[in-house]
Amino acid sequence: MADIKTAAPEARTEAAEVRPKKKLTTSAMIASIASEGQETRPAPFGHALVEAARADERIVGMTADLGKYTDLHIFREAFPDRYYQMGMAEQLLFGAAAGLAHEGFIPFATTYAVFASRRAYDFIHQTIAEENLPVKIAAALPGLTSGYGPSHQATEDLALFRAMPNMTVLDPCDALEIEQAVPAMLAHDGPVYMRLLRGKVPVVLEEYGYRFEMGKAKIIRGGTDVLVISSGLTTMRALEVARTLEADKVSVAVLHVPTIKPLDTETILREAGKTGRMVLVVENHTVVGGLGEAVARVLLQEGMAPKFRHIGLPDEFLAAGALPTLHDRYGISADAIAASIKGWL
Amino acid sequence: MTTQIGHNTDLPERAYRIRRNALRMGEVQGQGYIAQALDIADVLAVAYFHAMTYRPEDPHWEGRDRFLLSNGHYAIALYAALIEAGIIPEDELETYGADGSRLPMSGMAAYTPGMEMSGGSLGLGMSIAVGMALGLKRKTSGNRVYVLFSDGELDEGSVWEAVMSAAHYGLDNLIAVVDVNNQQADGPSTEMMGFEPLVDKMEAFGWFTQRVDGNDIDAVRDAFDAAKARNAGKPSIIIADTLMGKGVPFLEAREKNHFIRVEEHEWQLALSALDQGRTA
Ligand SMILES: Cc1ncc(C[n+]2csc(CCOP(=O)(O)OP(=O)(O)O)c2C)c(N)n1
Ligand SMILES: [Mg+2]
Repeated sequence: MADIKTAAPEARTEAAEVRPKKKLTTSAMIASIASEGQETRPAPFGHALVEAARADERIVGMTADLGKYTDLHIFREAFPDRYYQMGMAEQLLFGAAAGLAHEGFIPFATTYAVFASRRAYDFIHQTIAEENLPVKIAAALPGLTSGYGPSHQATEDLALFRAMPNMTVLDPCDALEIEQAVPAMLAHDGPVYMRLLRGKVPVVLEEYGYRFEMGKAKIIRGGTDVLVISSGLTTMRALEVARTLEADKVSVAVLHVPTIKPLDTETILREAGKTGRMVLVVENHTVVGGLGEAVARVLLQEGMAPKFRHIGLPDEFLAAGALPTLHDRYGISADAIAASIKGWL
Repeated sequence: MTTQIGHNTDLPERAYRIRRNALRMGEVQGQGYIAQALDIADVLAVAYFHAMTYRPEDPHWEGRDRFLLSNGHYAIALYAALIEAGIIPEDELETYGADGSRLPMSGMAAYTPGMEMSGGSLGLGMSIAVGMALGLKRKTSGNRVYVLFSDGELDEGSVWEAVMSAAHYGLDNLIAVVDVNNQQADGPSTEMMGFEPLVDKMEAFGWFTQRVDGNDIDAVRDAFDAAKARNAGKPSIIIADTLMGKGVPFLEAREKNHFIRVEEHEWQLALSALDQGRTA
């Protein structure tokens, strides 16, 4: 089988980014989310899974014709006989994962987030979650991380999986967090849905001495004017925003919530309860049913009413286009977030 | 007003021009599913210049045959055919895949004249085709539904649900073409999930089944003709075995991949190689 360099379109897309003429104007399926010059690590999920699998023989890897595009090819190379290619059949993928889990194995099953959430939802709901089976789902291209159009933009995956009983839902921010999430997923007794960043994944949280703990939200940096509550990619952006707004004398705190479900209400209430700060939830997800609505509910139920704002993707089918264009248009680029904050203060 | 265009025109010339359009779009973006576009150009030439009825100036004309691109990532190939058919102006290929273009990299109905469904999520086209074929019969229309899909889509259970229902309803106005290029995202299709013997399977499902070299344009034309003969109330499938990169020898020889690599300087070389094959 061909190696990833010749196989994956992002090799071309990333190479294309150094040529200004063709820079970032394409509705390609796979686009880099790294900022310019940002440190990245290759395939953190694949490497972490290999490490976990060395110590735990119950782990098997499964995919629906997207092994190369979910970093599972790293696992396949290390453990060819623990790898199941199910063909492009996402319903089969999760039904069969349930069957393997019944037999005592722990499947890590990968596809794109759109196909896990939309194509296979009933299979995951009935065959996996209803029996609380330990199937670990790693789903690439979460939220708006593809310019390819609605078919590949998983804008409602968090809402869908939050609504599924027994499901733990993770939205890690960077390579470091993915590496730490894999053993935590394994240790958790039950199904987990993880939004997967794959390929060359930025390293963001290392400099803050961060450690992932399942179920825990963490303050990444303090600030006195705004409390940004975010997860995944938007935490990366929020940290950039916090740095740029320093120059405008706006002090931004960032509370990172990598576990969307179960939600760390205690930390959210503690941070939101500190007076004088606007609370802003930023999410790479439709405004319907994601982190923003979850946080709003927690605050209202406690009788808290801070100044509250919510940035998320609109409740519509998004356009095809270059990812930076789309992030600007829909308000989740660092520039767009910073401009919104300044407008609201 | 034209109701059927270009019948019995020079099909190899049409196929050549479809390949040329696709390569030019590939060059615009420096990427694209070009190997697939080259492999399916002969099928599209026969569909658009021999088999189908439509009005280029009125892509929504009620009396048209429907064409569904189930494998939406082949959009570059269909755009190339729609340009050749005069449904999309040729100069628009310069906008391929760019922000605001009517030609996004993945085929979507709302963006492009002549695109009858939104693809990208694979395995959907056959179900839509069944509904359209039922609808045309309800309207006592004599038009047909054509659906192109890929061998990777054979893995999806939804395809087989639709295949079974098309025979159940005797949809002899439905003609499917599957591009067996033996490639999908993770590797050769037959190694990812065995789907052979495909002819036996389709016959067992009640379809009029033909298997042809999808790059032998005469054989493809004959297969479309036979499929249109409405065989005993059965839906028809043409299993087209194709060669990725067809028409550009150095791409035909390149290591097979879902997303084949073409370097920046190679687009012009590919266009010249294609031209050489035309004059040869
Ligand atoms: C439902 C669904 N699952 C997965 C994908 C991701 N995907 C895009 S193309 C592709 C390969 C499909 O096989 P095929 O169309 O035969 O590939 P090709 O011949 O173009 O290499 C896959 C798995 C998708 N688009 N839709
Ligand atoms: Mg194929």
